[in-house]
Amino acid sequence: MKLPTLRDVGTEAKLLLIGIPVFIWTMVPIYHMFLFAISPKEDAFSGKLWPEHPTLHNFSIVFHQQHYFLRDFWIQFWNSTVIALSAGALTLFVATAAAFSISRLRVPGGRAVMNMALFTYFIPAAFLAVPMYRTMGNYGLLNNHWSLILAMVTIASPYAIWVLKQASDKLPVELDEAATMDGATTLQLFRLVYVPLMMPSLVAIGTYAILLAWNEYLYAFLLLSKDTDITLPVALGNFLAADDSPWELLMTTGFIYALPPAAVYYAFRRYMVGGLTAGAVKS
Amino acid sequence: MAITLSGSDTIPAPPLSARLSPPQVWGIVLLTPYLLVFLAFVLYPVCYGLWLARHPASYVALYHDPIFARAAVNTLIFLVVGINIKMLIALFLSGFFAQQRPWIRWLSVIFILPWAVPSIPTILSVRFMLNPEWGMVNQLIFKFTGDDGPNWLNDPAVALAMAIGVHIWKSLPFWTLILLTGRLAISHDLYEASDVDGANWWQKFRYITWPSMQTLYVTCTLLSMIWTLGDFNSVYLLTGGGPADLTHVLSTLGIRYLRLDQLSLAMASIVCAMPLVLPLVYFMMKRLSR
Repeated sequence: MKLPTLRDVGTEAKLLLIGIPVFIWTMVPIYHMFLFAISPKEDAFSGKLWPEHPTLHNFSIVFHQQHYFLRDFWIQFWNSTVIALSAGALTLFVATAAAFSISRLRVPGGRAVMNMALFTYFIPAAFLAVPMYRTMGNYGLLNNHWSLILAMVTIASPYAIWVLKQASDKLPVELDEAATMDGATTLQLFRLVYVPLMMPSLVAIGTYAILLAWNEYLYAFLLLSKDTDITLPVALGNFLAADDSPWELLMTTGFIYALPPAAVYYAFRRYMVGGLTAGAVKS
Repeated sequence: MAITLSGSDTIPAPPLSARLSPPQVWGIVLLTPYLLVFLAFVLYPVCYGLWLARHPASYVALYHDPIFARAAVNTLIFLVVGINIKMLIALFLSGFFAQQRPWIRWLSVIFILPWAVPSIPTILSVRFMLNPEWGMVNQLIFKFTGDDGPNWLNDPAVALAMAIGVHIWKSLPFWTLILLTGRLAISHDLYEASDVDGANWWQKFRYITWPSMQTLYVTCTLLSMIWTLGDFNSVYLLTGGGPADLTHVLSTLGIRYLRLDQLSLAMASIVCAMPLVLPLVYFMMKRLSR
Protein backbone atom coordinates (compact mmCIF):
# COMPACT_ATOMS: atom_id res chain seq x y z
CA MET A 1 0.00 0.00 0.00
CA LYS A 2 1.49 3.30 -0.95
CA LEU A 3 0.74 6.59 0.69
CA PRO A 4 -1.27 9.07 -1.37
CA THR A 5 0.82 11.89 -2.72
CA LEU A 6 -0.08 15.53 -2.22
CA ARG A 7 -1.21 15.66 -5.83
CA ASP A 8 -3.64 12.75 -5.30
CA VAL A 9 -5.10 14.45 -2.25
CA GLY A 10 -5.55 17.64 -4.26
CA THR A 11 -7.39 15.81 -7.04
CA GLU A 12 -9.60 14.04 -4.53
CA ALA A 13 -10.41 17.34 -2.81
CA LYS A 14 -11.34 18.91 -6.12
CA LEU A 15 -13.62 15.98 -6.92
CA LEU A 16 -15.26 16.25 -3.48
CA LEU A 17 -15.76 19.96 -4.09
CA ILE A 18 -17.93 18.97 -7.06
CA GLY A 19 -19.43 15.85 -5.52
CA ILE A 20 -20.78 17.37 -2.32
CA PRO A 21 -22.78 20.17 -4.00
CA VAL A 22 -24.10 17.63 -6.52
CA PHE A 23 -25.25 15.43 -3.65
CA ILE A 24 -26.94 18.30 -1.81
CA TRP A 25 -28.58 19.65 -4.97
CA THR A 26 -29.97 16.20 -5.78
CA MET A 27 -31.23 15.39 -2.32
CA VAL A 28 -32.75 18.66 -1.09
CA PRO A 29 -36.27 18.37 -2.63
CA ILE A 30 -36.44 14.65 -1.85
CA TYR A 31 -35.20 15.08 1.71
CA HIS A 32 -37.65 17.93 2.22
CA MET A 33 -40.47 15.67 1.12
CA PHE A 34 -39.29 12.90 3.43
CA LEU A 35 -38.91 15.36 6.31
CA PHE A 36 -42.52 16.47 5.93
CA ALA A 37 -43.69 12.87 5.73
CA ILE A 38 -42.20 12.00 9.14
CA SER A 39 -43.03 15.29 10.87
CA PRO A 40 -46.10 16.00 12.98
CA LYS A 41 -47.96 19.10 11.83
CA GLU A 42 -46.32 21.46 14.38
CA ASP A 43 -42.79 20.37 13.47
CA ALA A 44 -43.42 20.50 9.73
CA PHE A 45 -43.88 24.26 9.74
CA SER A 46 -41.14 25.14 12.19
CA GLY A 47 -38.27 25.02 9.71
CA LYS A 48 -36.25 22.39 11.55
CA LEU A 49 -33.91 20.16 9.58
CA TRP A 50 -34.92 17.15 11.65
CA PRO A 51 -38.24 16.89 13.53
CA GLU A 52 -38.20 16.79 17.33
CA HIS A 53 -40.65 13.93 17.35
CA PRO A 54 -40.32 11.91 14.15
CA THR A 55 -43.43 9.85 13.60
CA LEU A 56 -45.09 7.52 11.12
CA HIS A 57 -48.48 8.88 12.08
CA ASN A 58 -48.88 10.62 8.70
CA PHE A 59 -48.52 7.30 6.91
CA SER A 60 -51.21 5.82 9.10
CA ILE A 61 -53.55 8.72 8.28
CA VAL A 62 -52.95 8.19 4.56
CA PHE A 63 -53.37 4.41 4.68
CA HIS A 64 -56.57 4.70 6.69
CA GLN A 65 -57.87 7.55 4.49
CA GLN A 66 -58.52 9.68 7.58
CA HIS A 67 -58.57 13.06 5.88
CA TYR A 68 -60.96 14.84 3.53
CA PHE A 69 -58.32 15.02 0.77
CA LEU A 70 -57.44 11.35 1.20
CA ARG A 71 -60.86 9.75 1.30
CA ASP A 72 -60.28 7.98 -2.04
CA PHE A 73 -56.58 7.23 -1.60
CA TRP A 74 -56.73 3.47 -2.16
CA ILE A 75 -59.02 3.62 -5.16
CA GLN A 76 -56.75 6.29 -6.70
CA PHE A 77 -53.73 4.10 -6.02
CA TRP A 78 -55.55 1.25 -7.73
CA ASN A 79 -56.45 3.48 -10.70
CA SER A 80 -52.81 4.47 -11.11
CA THR A 81 -51.71 0.84 -10.97
CA VAL A 82 -54.28 -0.44 -13.46
CA ILE A 83 -53.65 2.38 -15.91
CA ALA A 84 -49.86 2.03 -15.72
CA LEU A 85 -49.92 -1.74 -16.18
CA SER A 86 -52.49 -1.66 -18.99
CA ALA A 87 -50.62 1.09 -20.82
CA GLY A 88 -47.38 -0.87 -20.38
CA ALA A 89 -48.84 -4.13 -21.69
CA LEU A 90 -50.62 -2.48 -24.61
CA THR A 91 -47.56 -0.44 -25.60
CA LEU A 92 -45.42 -3.56 -25.48
CA PHE A 93 -47.86 -5.41 -27.73
CA VAL A 94 -48.30 -2.59 -30.25
CA ALA A 95 -44.62 -1.70 -30.39
CA THR A 96 -43.22 -5.24 -30.56
CA ALA A 97 -45.62 -6.17 -33.36
CA ALA A 98 -44.76 -3.01 -35.29
CA ALA A 99 -41.00 -3.34 -34.78
CA PHE A 100 -41.06 -7.01 -35.87
CA SER A 101 -43.09 -6.10 -38.91
CA ILE A 102 -40.85 -3.18 -39.93
CA SER A 103 -37.47 -4.62 -39.07
CA ARG A 104 -37.77 -8.37 -39.69
CA LEU A 105 -40.60 -8.79 -42.21
CA ARG A 106 -39.65 -5.60 -44.09
CA VAL A 107 -43.28 -4.85 -44.77
CA PRO A 108 -43.85 -2.39 -47.65
CA GLY A 109 -44.33 1.10 -46.23
CA GLY A 110 -42.57 0.17 -43.00
CA ARG A 111 -40.13 3.02 -43.35
CA ALA A 112 -42.96 5.51 -43.75
CA VAL A 113 -44.64 4.20 -40.59
CA MET A 114 -41.34 4.48 -38.73
CA ASN A 115 -41.07 8.12 -39.81
CA MET A 116 -44.64 8.79 -38.72
CA ALA A 117 -43.84 7.30 -35.32
CA LEU A 118 -40.68 9.39 -35.03
CA PHE A 119 -42.64 12.49 -35.92
CA THR A 120 -45.11 11.71 -33.14
CA TYR A 121 -42.21 11.26 -30.75
CA PHE A 122 -41.14 14.82 -31.48
CA ILE A 123 -44.50 16.51 -30.98
CA PRO A 124 -44.26 18.11 -27.52
CA ALA A 125 -46.70 16.18 -25.32
CA ALA A 126 -48.35 19.30 -23.92
CA PHE A 127 -49.15 20.48 -27.46
CA LEU A 128 -50.77 17.21 -28.45
CA ALA A 129 -52.78 17.27 -25.22
CA VAL A 130 -55.08 20.06 -26.40
CA PRO A 131 -56.46 18.40 -29.56
CA MET A 132 -56.25 14.99 -27.84
CA TYR A 133 -58.61 16.23 -25.13
CA ARG A 134 -61.19 17.27 -27.68
CA THR A 135 -60.75 14.07 -29.67
CA MET A 136 -61.36 11.94 -26.59
CA GLY A 137 -64.49 14.00 -26.03
CA ASN A 138 -65.61 13.25 -29.59
CA TYR A 139 -64.99 9.54 -29.06
CA GLY A 140 -67.03 9.72 -25.84
CA LEU A 141 -64.08 8.46 -23.79
CA LEU A 142 -63.67 11.38 -21.37
CA ASN A 143 -63.71 10.33 -17.70
CA ASN A 144 -63.07 6.78 -18.83
CA HIS A 145 -59.81 5.04 -17.94
CA TRP A 146 -59.44 3.92 -21.53
CA SER A 147 -58.87 7.50 -22.62
CA LEU A 148 -55.78 7.80 -20.43
CA ILE A 149 -54.53 4.30 -21.28
CA LEU A 150 -54.84 4.95 -25.03
CA ALA A 151 -53.27 8.40 -24.69
CA MET A 152 -50.31 6.86 -22.87
CA VAL A 153 -49.96 4.16 -25.52
CA THR A 154 -49.94 6.90 -28.15
CA ILE A 155 -47.19 8.80 -26.32
CA ALA A 156 -45.10 5.76 -25.40
CA SER A 157 -45.21 3.62 -28.54
CA PRO A 158 -43.22 5.83 -30.97
CA TYR A 159 -40.12 5.70 -28.79
CA ALA A 160 -40.80 2.04 -28.01
CA ILE A 161 -41.00 1.14 -31.70
CA TRP A 162 -37.87 3.09 -32.48
CA VAL A 163 -35.79 1.46 -29.73
CA LEU A 164 -37.10 -2.01 -30.55
CA LYS A 165 -36.43 -1.50 -34.26
CA GLN A 166 -32.87 -0.40 -33.53
CA ALA A 167 -32.36 -3.47 -31.36
CA SER A 168 -33.90 -5.93 -33.81
CA ASP A 169 -31.95 -4.55 -36.76
CA LYS A 170 -28.89 -5.87 -34.96
CA LEU A 171 -30.15 -9.47 -34.90
CA PRO A 172 -28.59 -11.47 -37.77
CA VAL A 173 -30.90 -12.16 -40.76
CA GLU A 174 -29.51 -15.71 -40.92
CA LEU A 175 -31.53 -16.58 -37.81
CA ASP A 176 -34.80 -15.85 -39.58
CA GLU A 177 -33.62 -17.63 -42.71
CA ALA A 178 -32.58 -20.72 -40.76
CA ALA A 179 -35.88 -20.82 -38.90
CA THR A 180 -37.84 -20.42 -42.14
CA MET A 181 -35.78 -23.21 -43.75
CA ASP A 182 -36.75 -25.44 -40.86
CA GLY A 183 -40.37 -24.72 -41.74
CA ALA A 184 -41.24 -22.15 -39.09
CA THR A 185 -44.26 -20.03 -39.89
CA THR A 186 -44.09 -16.27 -39.40
CA LEU A 187 -45.91 -16.48 -36.08
CA GLN A 188 -43.57 -19.19 -34.82
CA LEU A 189 -40.64 -17.05 -35.90
CA PHE A 190 -42.07 -14.20 -33.86
CA ARG A 191 -42.90 -16.26 -30.80
CA LEU A 192 -39.96 -18.68 -30.64
CA VAL A 193 -37.07 -16.72 -32.14
CA TYR A 194 -37.77 -13.01 -32.04
CA VAL A 195 -39.37 -12.45 -28.64
CA PRO A 196 -36.84 -14.54 -26.63
CA LEU A 197 -33.90 -12.78 -28.30
CA MET A 198 -35.39 -9.36 -27.71
CA MET A 199 -36.16 -9.95 -24.03
CA PRO A 200 -33.76 -7.35 -22.54
CA SER A 201 -35.12 -4.60 -24.80
CA LEU A 202 -38.69 -5.71 -24.12
CA VAL A 203 -38.13 -5.48 -20.36
CA ALA A 204 -36.67 -2.00 -20.79
CA ILE A 205 -39.55 -0.83 -22.99
CA GLY A 206 -42.21 -2.33 -20.73
CA THR A 207 -40.66 -0.58 -17.75
CA TYR A 208 -40.40 2.67 -19.68
CA ALA A 209 -44.08 2.61 -20.62
CA ILE A 210 -45.25 1.66 -17.13
CA LEU A 211 -43.21 4.45 -15.52
CA LEU A 212 -44.37 6.95 -18.14
CA ALA A 213 -48.02 6.15 -17.44
CA TRP A 214 -47.60 6.04 -13.66
CA ASN A 215 -45.85 9.43 -13.66
CA GLU A 216 -48.16 11.20 -16.11
CA TYR A 217 -49.87 14.26 -14.73
CA LEU A 218 -51.09 16.49 -17.57
CA TYR A 219 -53.13 13.95 -19.55
CA ALA A 220 -54.54 12.38 -16.40
CA PHE A 221 -55.63 15.77 -15.14
CA LEU A 222 -57.30 16.67 -18.45
CA LEU A 223 -58.95 13.36 -19.26
CA LEU A 224 -60.23 12.24 -15.85
CA SER A 225 -62.11 14.33 -13.35
CA LYS A 226 -64.24 12.31 -10.95
CA ASP A 227 -62.60 11.81 -7.54
CA THR A 228 -62.93 8.05 -7.79
CA ASP A 229 -61.60 7.96 -11.38
CA ILE A 230 -58.47 10.07 -11.08
CA THR A 231 -54.93 8.80 -10.57
CA LEU A 232 -52.67 9.68 -7.65
CA PRO A 233 -50.76 12.57 -9.27
CA VAL A 234 -54.03 14.35 -10.06
CA ALA A 235 -55.15 13.82 -6.48
CA LEU A 236 -51.85 15.36 -5.33
CA GLY A 237 -52.43 18.36 -7.58
CA ASN A 238 -55.93 18.74 -6.14
CA PHE A 239 -54.44 19.36 -2.69
CA LEU A 240 -53.42 22.77 -4.01
CA ALA A 241 -57.05 23.78 -4.47
CA ALA A 242 -57.40 24.68 -0.79
CA ASP A 243 -55.38 27.33 1.02
CA ASP A 244 -55.09 25.33 4.24
CA SER A 245 -53.84 22.16 2.56
CA PRO A 246 -52.30 19.64 4.94
CA TRP A 247 -48.81 19.79 3.48
CA GLU A 248 -47.42 17.04 5.66
CA LEU A 249 -50.12 14.67 4.37
CA LEU A 250 -49.59 15.81 0.79
CA MET A 251 -45.86 15.12 1.10
CA THR A 252 -46.55 11.74 2.73
CA THR A 253 -48.86 10.75 -0.11
CA GLY A 254 -46.31 12.03 -2.61
CA PHE A 255 -43.60 10.01 -0.94
CA ILE A 256 -45.72 6.82 -1.11
CA TYR A 257 -46.54 7.60 -4.73
CA ALA A 258 -42.87 8.11 -5.61
CA LEU A 259 -41.64 4.88 -4.06
CA PRO A 260 -42.92 2.26 -6.58
CA PRO A 261 -41.43 3.93 -9.69
CA ALA A 262 -38.13 4.54 -7.91
CA ALA A 263 -38.03 0.89 -6.84
CA VAL A 264 -38.90 -0.31 -10.34
CA TYR A 265 -36.31 2.00 -11.86
CA TYR A 266 -33.53 0.75 -9.61
CA ALA A 267 -34.58 -2.90 -9.99
CA PHE A 268 -34.42 -2.64 -13.79
CA ARG A 269 -31.61 -0.11 -13.97
CA ARG A 270 -29.35 -2.62 -15.70
CA TYR A 271 -31.89 -2.98 -18.52
CA MET A 272 -32.79 0.70 -18.55
CA VAL A 273 -29.23 1.88 -18.94
CA GLY A 274 -28.35 -0.69 -21.59
CA GLY A 275 -31.64 -0.71 -23.47
CA LEU A 276 -32.67 2.90 -23.37
CA THR A 277 -29.65 5.16 -23.28
CA ALA A 278 -28.08 3.24 -26.14
CA GLY A 279 -31.10 4.01 -28.26
CA ALA A 280 -32.02 7.35 -26.82
CA VAL A 281 -29.66 9.43 -28.86
CA LYS A 282 -27.73 8.09 -31.78
CA SER A 283 -24.64 10.19 -32.27
CA MET B 1 -71.43 -17.77 -65.82
CA ALA B 2 -68.25 -19.77 -66.19
CA ILE B 3 -68.77 -19.97 -69.93
CA THR B 4 -69.01 -16.23 -70.46
CA LEU B 5 -65.66 -15.72 -68.73
CA SER B 6 -63.80 -17.95 -71.16
CA GLY B 7 -62.13 -16.90 -74.38
CA SER B 8 -60.56 -13.53 -74.91
CA ASP B 9 -61.60 -12.09 -71.53
CA THR B 10 -58.62 -10.88 -69.49
CA ILE B 11 -57.76 -12.85 -66.41
CA PRO B 12 -58.82 -10.83 -63.34
CA ALA B 13 -55.96 -9.74 -61.10
CA PRO B 14 -55.52 -12.14 -58.18
CA PRO B 15 -56.72 -10.80 -54.85
CA LEU B 16 -54.27 -8.79 -52.78
CA SER B 17 -53.60 -11.62 -50.34
CA ALA B 18 -52.39 -13.86 -53.17
CA ARG B 19 -49.94 -11.27 -54.48
CA LEU B 20 -48.27 -10.86 -51.10
CA SER B 21 -46.20 -13.58 -49.49
CA PRO B 22 -47.45 -14.87 -46.12
CA PRO B 23 -44.78 -12.97 -44.16
CA GLN B 24 -45.88 -9.75 -45.81
CA VAL B 25 -49.50 -10.41 -44.93
CA TRP B 26 -48.43 -10.96 -41.34
CA GLY B 27 -46.35 -7.82 -41.55
CA ILE B 28 -49.40 -5.78 -42.44
CA VAL B 29 -51.47 -7.49 -39.74
CA LEU B 30 -48.84 -6.78 -37.08
CA LEU B 31 -48.43 -3.19 -38.18
CA THR B 32 -52.17 -2.53 -37.98
CA PRO B 33 -52.44 -1.92 -34.20
CA TYR B 34 -49.94 0.91 -34.33
CA LEU B 35 -51.49 2.33 -37.50
CA LEU B 36 -54.87 2.43 -35.78
CA VAL B 37 -53.39 4.17 -32.73
CA PHE B 38 -51.67 6.66 -35.02
CA LEU B 39 -54.76 7.41 -37.08
CA ALA B 40 -57.14 7.70 -34.13
CA PHE B 41 -54.95 9.53 -31.61
CA VAL B 42 -52.35 11.43 -33.63
CA LEU B 43 -53.48 12.12 -37.18
CA TYR B 44 -57.13 12.84 -36.45
CA PRO B 45 -56.45 15.09 -33.40
CA VAL B 46 -53.73 17.01 -35.24
CA CYS B 47 -55.90 17.59 -38.32
CA TYR B 48 -58.89 18.45 -36.16
CA GLY B 49 -56.77 20.85 -34.12
CA LEU B 50 -55.44 22.57 -37.23
CA TRP B 51 -58.98 22.89 -38.51
CA LEU B 52 -60.01 24.52 -35.23
CA ALA B 53 -57.12 26.96 -35.57
CA ARG B 54 -58.11 28.10 -39.06
CA HIS B 55 -59.80 31.43 -38.10
CA PRO B 56 -57.61 34.52 -38.52
CA ALA B 57 -59.65 36.08 -35.70
CA SER B 58 -57.97 33.73 -33.20
CA TYR B 59 -54.56 35.04 -34.15
CA VAL B 60 -55.72 38.63 -33.84
CA ALA B 61 -57.05 37.81 -30.38
CA LEU B 62 -53.75 36.18 -29.45
CA TYR B 63 -51.85 39.20 -30.74
CA HIS B 64 -53.88 41.43 -28.44
CA ASP B 65 -53.53 39.14 -25.43
CA PRO B 66 -50.56 40.40 -23.36
CA ILE B 67 -50.33 37.00 -21.65
CA PHE B 68 -49.52 35.36 -24.98
CA ALA B 69 -46.62 37.71 -25.74
CA ARG B 70 -45.29 37.19 -22.23
CA ALA B 71 -45.61 33.40 -22.55
CA ALA B 72 -43.76 33.44 -25.87
CA VAL B 73 -40.90 35.43 -24.34
CA ASN B 74 -40.84 33.15 -21.28
CA THR B 75 -40.69 30.10 -23.53
CA LEU B 76 -37.73 31.53 -25.40
CA ILE B 77 -35.94 32.33 -22.13
CA PHE B 78 -36.73 28.84 -20.87
CA LEU B 79 -35.28 27.27 -24.01
CA VAL B 80 -32.30 29.47 -24.75
CA VAL B 81 -31.11 30.12 -21.21
CA GLY B 82 -32.45 27.07 -19.36
CA ILE B 83 -31.44 24.38 -21.83
CA ASN B 84 -27.99 25.75 -22.49
CA ILE B 85 -27.19 26.06 -18.80
CA LYS B 86 -28.49 22.55 -18.25
CA MET B 87 -26.51 21.01 -21.10
CA LEU B 88 -23.29 22.80 -20.09
CA ILE B 89 -23.66 21.49 -16.53
CA ALA B 90 -24.44 18.03 -17.91
CA LEU B 91 -21.31 18.15 -20.08
CA PHE B 92 -19.23 19.20 -17.09
CA LEU B 93 -20.73 16.58 -14.77
CA SER B 94 -20.32 13.82 -17.33
CA GLY B 95 -16.59 14.47 -17.01
CA PHE B 96 -16.91 14.26 -13.23
CA PHE B 97 -18.83 10.97 -13.32
CA ALA B 98 -16.35 9.51 -15.79
CA GLN B 99 -13.78 9.44 -12.97
CA GLN B 100 -13.22 5.93 -11.68
CA ARG B 101 -13.85 6.09 -7.92
CA PRO B 102 -16.10 3.87 -5.81
CA TRP B 103 -17.73 6.87 -4.11
CA ILE B 104 -18.41 8.53 -7.45
CA ARG B 105 -20.12 5.34 -8.63
CA TRP B 106 -22.33 5.50 -5.52
CA LEU B 107 -23.01 9.17 -6.09
CA SER B 108 -24.07 8.43 -9.66
CA VAL B 109 -26.67 5.97 -8.33
CA ILE B 110 -28.09 8.68 -6.05
CA PHE B 111 -27.73 11.35 -8.72
CA ILE B 112 -30.25 9.56 -10.96
CA LEU B 113 -33.00 9.84 -8.30
CA PRO B 114 -34.63 13.04 -9.66
CA TRP B 115 -35.09 11.26 -12.98
CA ALA B 116 -36.38 8.05 -11.36
CA VAL B 117 -39.01 9.59 -9.09
CA PRO B 118 -42.19 11.19 -10.46
CA SER B 119 -41.95 14.94 -10.89
CA ILE B 120 -45.23 15.93 -9.21
CA PRO B 121 -44.35 15.30 -5.54
CA THR B 122 -40.86 16.73 -5.90
CA ILE B 123 -42.05 19.88 -7.66
CA LEU B 124 -44.68 20.38 -4.95
CA SER B 125 -41.95 19.82 -2.37
CA VAL B 126 -39.93 22.67 -3.92
CA ARG B 127 -43.06 24.80 -4.02
CA PHE B 128 -43.55 24.41 -0.27
CA MET B 129 -39.89 24.95 0.39
CA LEU B 130 -40.18 28.34 -1.31
CA ASN B 131 -43.33 29.44 0.50
CA PRO B 132 -42.59 32.95 1.83
CA GLU B 133 -43.98 32.40 5.34
CA TRP B 134 -43.68 28.74 6.27
CA GLY B 135 -41.23 27.47 3.66
CA MET B 136 -37.99 25.91 4.77
CA VAL B 137 -35.82 28.31 2.78
CA ASN B 138 -37.19 31.51 4.27
CA GLN B 139 -37.31 30.03 7.78
CA LEU B 140 -33.60 29.25 7.51
CA ILE B 141 -32.86 32.70 6.11
CA PHE B 142 -34.72 34.20 9.06
CA LYS B 143 -32.93 32.01 11.55
CA PHE B 144 -29.47 32.95 10.31
CA THR B 145 -29.88 36.58 9.29
CA GLY B 146 -32.99 37.75 11.13
CA ASP B 147 -34.33 39.12 7.84
CA ASP B 148 -37.34 37.97 5.90
CA GLY B 149 -36.37 36.11 2.75
CA PRO B 150 -37.59 37.12 -0.68
CA ASN B 151 -41.10 36.24 -1.79
CA TRP B 152 -39.74 33.68 -4.23
CA LEU B 153 -42.74 32.76 -6.32
CA ASN B 154 -44.39 36.17 -6.28
CA ASP B 155 -41.79 37.88 -8.42
CA PRO B 156 -42.25 36.81 -12.06
CA ALA B 157 -38.55 36.84 -12.90
CA VAL B 158 -37.56 34.87 -9.80
CA ALA B 159 -40.50 32.48 -10.23
CA LEU B 160 -39.52 31.75 -13.82
CA ALA B 161 -35.92 31.20 -12.75
CA MET B 162 -37.16 28.77 -10.09
CA ALA B 163 -39.24 26.91 -12.69
CA ILE B 164 -36.14 26.62 -14.87
CA GLY B 165 -34.26 25.38 -11.80
CA VAL B 166 -36.88 22.69 -11.19
CA HIS B 167 -36.69 21.66 -14.82
CA ILE B 168 -32.91 21.40 -14.60
CA TRP B 169 -33.13 19.45 -11.36
CA LYS B 170 -35.44 16.93 -12.97
CA SER B 171 -33.75 16.33 -16.30
CA LEU B 172 -30.07 16.97 -15.59
CA PRO B 173 -29.38 13.32 -14.57
CA PHE B 174 -30.77 11.98 -17.83
CA TRP B 175 -28.62 14.20 -20.06
CA THR B 176 -25.56 13.69 -17.89
CA LEU B 177 -25.99 9.96 -18.30
CA ILE B 178 -26.32 10.24 -22.09
CA LEU B 179 -23.26 12.48 -22.36
CA LEU B 180 -21.39 10.13 -20.02
CA THR B 181 -22.07 7.23 -22.41
CA GLY B 182 -20.63 9.35 -25.20
CA ARG B 183 -17.60 10.26 -23.13
CA LEU B 184 -16.87 6.67 -22.09
CA ALA B 185 -16.89 5.64 -25.75
CA ILE B 186 -13.79 7.78 -26.40
CA SER B 187 -10.68 5.61 -26.58
CA HIS B 188 -8.53 5.89 -23.48
CA ASP B 189 -5.34 5.68 -25.53
CA LEU B 190 -5.92 9.20 -26.80
CA TYR B 191 -5.78 10.62 -23.29
CA GLU B 192 -2.72 8.58 -22.39
CA ALA B 193 -0.95 9.77 -25.51
CA SER B 194 -1.84 13.37 -24.70
CA ASP B 195 -0.49 12.89 -21.15
CA VAL B 196 2.80 11.86 -22.65
CA ASP B 197 2.74 14.99 -24.78
CA GLY B 198 2.05 17.06 -21.66
CA ALA B 199 -1.39 18.37 -22.59
CA ASN B 200 -3.33 20.22 -19.88
CA TRP B 201 -7.00 19.47 -19.14
CA TRP B 202 -8.30 22.22 -21.37
CA GLN B 203 -6.26 21.00 -24.33
CA LYS B 204 -7.49 17.46 -23.69
CA PHE B 205 -11.07 18.70 -23.65
CA ARG B 206 -10.63 20.97 -26.67
CA TYR B 207 -8.78 18.53 -28.92
CA ILE B 208 -9.98 15.09 -27.78
CA THR B 209 -13.26 15.18 -25.85
CA TRP B 210 -15.13 17.93 -27.65
CA PRO B 211 -14.44 16.82 -31.26
CA SER B 212 -15.81 13.34 -30.54
CA MET B 213 -18.76 14.58 -28.51
CA GLN B 214 -19.98 17.65 -30.36
CA THR B 215 -22.48 15.83 -32.60
CA LEU B 216 -23.98 14.07 -29.59
CA TYR B 217 -24.02 17.32 -27.64
CA VAL B 218 -25.85 19.24 -30.35
CA THR B 219 -28.35 16.42 -30.87
CA CYS B 220 -29.02 16.29 -27.13
CA THR B 221 -29.48 20.05 -26.94
CA LEU B 222 -32.01 20.09 -29.78
CA LEU B 223 -33.90 17.09 -28.44
CA SER B 224 -34.01 18.66 -25.01
CA MET B 225 -35.41 21.85 -26.55
CA ILE B 226 -38.26 19.95 -28.21
CA TRP B 227 -39.09 18.12 -24.99
CA THR B 228 -38.85 21.25 -22.91
CA LEU B 229 -41.43 22.94 -25.12
CA GLY B 230 -43.80 20.29 -23.82
CA ASP B 231 -42.72 20.64 -20.20
CA PHE B 232 -45.98 21.48 -18.54
CA ASN B 233 -45.31 20.29 -14.99
CA SER B 234 -42.32 22.45 -14.02
CA VAL B 235 -44.19 25.68 -14.57
CA TYR B 236 -47.74 24.65 -13.83
CA LEU B 237 -47.12 22.91 -10.53
CA LEU B 238 -44.56 25.41 -9.26
CA THR B 239 -46.12 28.74 -10.13
CA GLY B 240 -49.45 27.82 -11.76
CA GLY B 241 -48.56 30.46 -14.36
CA GLY B 242 -48.76 33.12 -11.68
CA PRO B 243 -48.24 35.71 -10.35
CA ALA B 244 -50.83 37.44 -12.56
CA ASP B 245 -50.24 34.95 -15.42
CA LEU B 246 -46.74 36.34 -15.93
CA THR B 247 -44.80 33.06 -15.84
CA HIS B 248 -46.78 31.05 -18.40
CA VAL B 249 -44.92 29.23 -21.13
CA LEU B 250 -46.61 28.12 -24.35
CA SER B 251 -47.44 24.65 -23.03
CA THR B 252 -49.21 25.93 -19.90
CA LEU B 253 -50.85 28.73 -21.88
CA GLY B 254 -52.43 26.24 -24.29
CA ILE B 255 -53.89 24.32 -21.35
CA ARG B 256 -55.01 27.59 -19.74
CA TYR B 257 -57.04 28.51 -22.84
CA LEU B 258 -58.39 24.98 -22.92
CA ARG B 259 -59.56 25.27 -19.32
CA LEU B 260 -61.20 28.59 -20.17
CA ASP B 261 -63.02 26.79 -22.99
CA GLN B 262 -61.24 28.85 -25.67
CA LEU B 263 -60.20 25.90 -27.76
CA SER B 264 -59.51 27.83 -30.96
CA LEU B 265 -57.20 30.18 -29.04
CA ALA B 266 -55.45 27.18 -27.49
CA MET B 267 -54.83 25.64 -30.90
CA ALA B 268 -53.83 28.99 -32.40
CA SER B 269 -51.22 29.48 -29.67
CA ILE B 270 -49.82 26.04 -30.48
CA VAL B 271 -49.76 26.79 -34.20
CA CYS B 272 -47.79 29.94 -33.36
CA ALA B 273 -45.14 27.72 -31.78
CA MET B 274 -44.76 25.67 -34.95
CA PRO B 275 -42.11 27.90 -36.58
CA LEU B 276 -40.00 26.99 -33.56
CA VAL B 277 -40.94 23.30 -33.39
CA LEU B 278 -40.93 22.21 -37.03
CA PRO B 279 -37.28 23.09 -37.85
CA LEU B 280 -36.18 21.24 -34.72
CA VAL B 281 -38.37 18.24 -35.62
CA TYR B 282 -37.11 18.27 -39.21
CA PHE B 283 -33.52 18.31 -38.05
CA MET B 284 -34.05 15.49 -35.53
CA MET B 285 -35.95 13.37 -38.06
CA LYS B 286 -33.09 13.72 -40.54
CA ARG B 287 -30.63 12.74 -37.88
CA LEU B 288 -32.50 9.75 -36.46
CA SER B 289 -34.22 8.13 -39.43
CA ARG B 290 -31.13 6.89 -41.18
